[in-house]
Amino acid sequence: MKRLSLLVVLLSLLTLILSACGGEAQECPECPECPEAGECPECPECPAVAVVAAGGEILAAVKERGKVVCGSRTDLLGFGYLDEDGLNVGFDIDFCRAVATAVLGDPEAVEFVFLTAAERGPALQTGEIDLLSRNVTWTSSRDAQWGNFTVVLFYDGQGMIVRKDSGATTLDDLDGATVCVTTGTTTELNLADNFRGRGLDFSAVTFEDTASVYSAYEDGRCDAATSDKSQLAAIREGLAVPDDHYIMEVTMSKEPLTPAVPQGDDMWFDIVKTVAYTLINAEELGINSGNVDEMMTNDNPAIKRLLGVEGSFGQEDLGLDVDFAANVIRAVGNYGEIYDRYMGPDGDAFELPRGPNKLWTDGGLIYAPPLR
Amino acid sequence: MTTGRPSLPALFTRRGVPLWRDVQVLQWAAQIVSAIIVIGFLAFFASNVLRAAQVRGLSLGYDFLDLTAGFDLPEGIEYTPADSFGRAFLVGLVNTAKVAMVGIVLATILGTITALARLSSNWLVSKIASVYIETVRNIPLLVQLFFWYFAIFQQLPSVQDSITWPGPMYLSQRGLYTVAPVTTESFGTWMAFVAAGIVLALALRSMLLRHQMQTGRDTHYGLVALVVLIGMPLAGWFLVGEVPLVTDDPVMGEFNFTGGLRLTPEFAALLTGLVIYTGAFTAEVVRAGIQAVSRGQFDAARAVGLSSSQTLRLVVLPQALRVIIPPLISQYLNLTKNSSLAIAIGYADVFFIGKTIINQAGRAVPVFSMVMAVYLCASLTTSVVMNIYNRRIQLVER
Repeated sequence: MKRLSLLVVLLSLLTLILSACGGEAQECPECPECPEAGECPECPECPAVAVVAAGGEILAAVKERGKVVCGSRTDLLGFGYLDEDGLNVGFDIDFCRAVATAVLGDPEAVEFVFLTAAERGPALQTGEIDLLSRNVTWTSSRDAQWGNFTVVLFYDGQGMIVRKDSGATTLDDLDGATVCVTTGTTTELNLADNFRGRGLDFSAVTFEDTASVYSAYEDGRCDAATSDKSQLAAIREGLAVPDDHYIMEVTMSKEPLTPAVPQGDDMWFDIVKTVAYTLINAEELGINSGNVDEMMTNDNPAIKRLLGVEGSFGQEDLGLDVDFAANVIRAVGNYGEIYDRYMGPDGDAFELPRGPNKLWTDGGLIYAPPLR
Repeated sequence: MTTGRPSLPALFTRRGVPLWRDVQVLQWAAQIVSAIIVIGFLAFFASNVLRAAQVRGLSLGYDFLDLTAGFDLPEGIEYTPADSFGRAFLVGLVNTAKVAMVGIVLATILGTITALARLSSNWLVSKIASVYIETVRNIPLLVQLFFWYFAIFQQLPSVQDSITWPGPMYLSQRGLYTVAPVTTESFGTWMAFVAAGIVLALALRSMLLRHQMQTGRDTHYGLVALVVLIGMPLAGWFLVGEVPLVTDDPVMGEFNFTGGLRLTPEFAALLTGLVIYTGAFTAEVVRAGIQAVSRGQFDAARAVGLSSSQTLRLVVLPQALRVIIPPLISQYLNLTKNSSLAIAIGYADVFFIGKTIINQAGRAVPVFSMVMAVYLCASLTTSVVMNIYNRRIQLVER
């Protein structure tokens, strides 16, 4: 009797599953509902609808959660690291905080997810994170596969660090050398391209974990290590005797480091871009965390507009507070302040001249569309 | 039963029992229902993966395997960055097979020696074996691999100050470089001598062994076979004219040695870690097997005048193997699967290269399915081979 009732239960369960699966068109007339249902693989319009959705889902989810889930790192001085008090700080981390301040009004409303180079792509593809701010190089295939790249916040180039006593000063001196590199990065590919292009022989030693790469380099497993120049500058500071190591003058590739968002939510894409533009425009207009309150009374209409005192530059359309920009600048500062905090002359991490990361008005590449 | 319920239609009864009480029918029904449920769930999950992949723009095809990989690999069979992703995956496959096969052989040897040491009546030897087993079994393998790689192999002298051993062999933190044998034109002829030596040695051995069985006189069959086995290739070496094998010495360049045979520190660290870790488990398996042989067998062997090594070889081990083989199979499988921890210390095994491909080609689902298939096939193959061996060594019970 027991077995019979079990049988009945199982049979009815099966019927349920089968009817749900076999329903096809009749059971699934409204295609947009399909992603939740999960049982209507035949619905032709579903994927299309999901991809071109106007968006707003991520913003709604972030507001409900009360936190922005930001993919970043803890192991790169200057960009994402832990300070003496164990707090997450860095150029990339501050951008996460800027977005959290813009959306939720609180720079602490961030849930950090720390990712290795190899993990970051899938994390963004699957929508596990709302924002990837982890010195990611923008490339066309990543743009196509991973998500949408927002605004280049750091123009970098790949460099090469070697021991001074090796006597190597150019790439051609490194014929036959062993080079340490992080796997899953663009630098890994550029390394092979550069050496092949010059007809040089080399052997790569790759690790998934950045710390292992430089530990192996410092121990002497490799003659050289390669990465973005900013990262090499950061690593050099952390080596036992920084002066024993030399970062070559060569630039092996373009590395535009850019925060990225998941595909399929235009509104969230616009929000993150606008936050980046706000940081850049604020520096251009001379608004910083120290003078933001007195700037409220400034006569310049562009400043008034940015701070939300008068006019609008689309805040409401993006679901943001009118004065979000003022809050962001108060919390993290403008673009230049963030840069200088970590990599300026008195920066916490190391000193790296701004070079191409100067504002366009100073001859650099940092440029943002007007906020209006 | 039938007399109690005469009104039931014949359709619902079999052998006079109502269908819902017929054990056979119920068992069959349960089998069919559970099969349908399992298939239904699998289909549900598969369609879910496909749907999610479509919605999120993840590609599921395998076409990317023909694209140029573009990244270099530290070791393995012939490969350049201009080769395809498929070739890179194959390099990883060969590297995994290499470390697993060498590891299994060495772990078995180490495990057997340790087990015998632990059972030894010598107090010191037995204690050393116990300490090794208890220490190694209770430290996670990943920790041990980091230890071997960063604390031992990376602390060797730099390549410029390599330790030089006769051979020549050069040991440094870049690995062990030694001479590589290079075949010449006469190699094929020489191989014929080697093959002839093996065949002749086997034939002589079985002939002499039969003779010994019949006459009871010691024919030294092992010694004779060994002399032939070594003598034939040796004679051939001088008879073929040109030397069949020459050596390729490693030469120190500006940064590294070039040429010669090379054992990388990543491979060495992974192999050492796996062998020492699995060896400890193997030792316990072997010890259990030996202890499962009853005391009477030892006494009987001793009573007929066998020496202790003969006792072990002819009486104890053949019986112990029946107990040892099944758990040993799972230790071999563990070693193969644990080799995927190579990713932590930069050995380019199939999982490591798979993850690199995922990142550079952006194809998580296809690559993971390939990696899983590789481990599944490797495990199943090991299991099948060992099961065949297991069946062969089983004693025929009377």
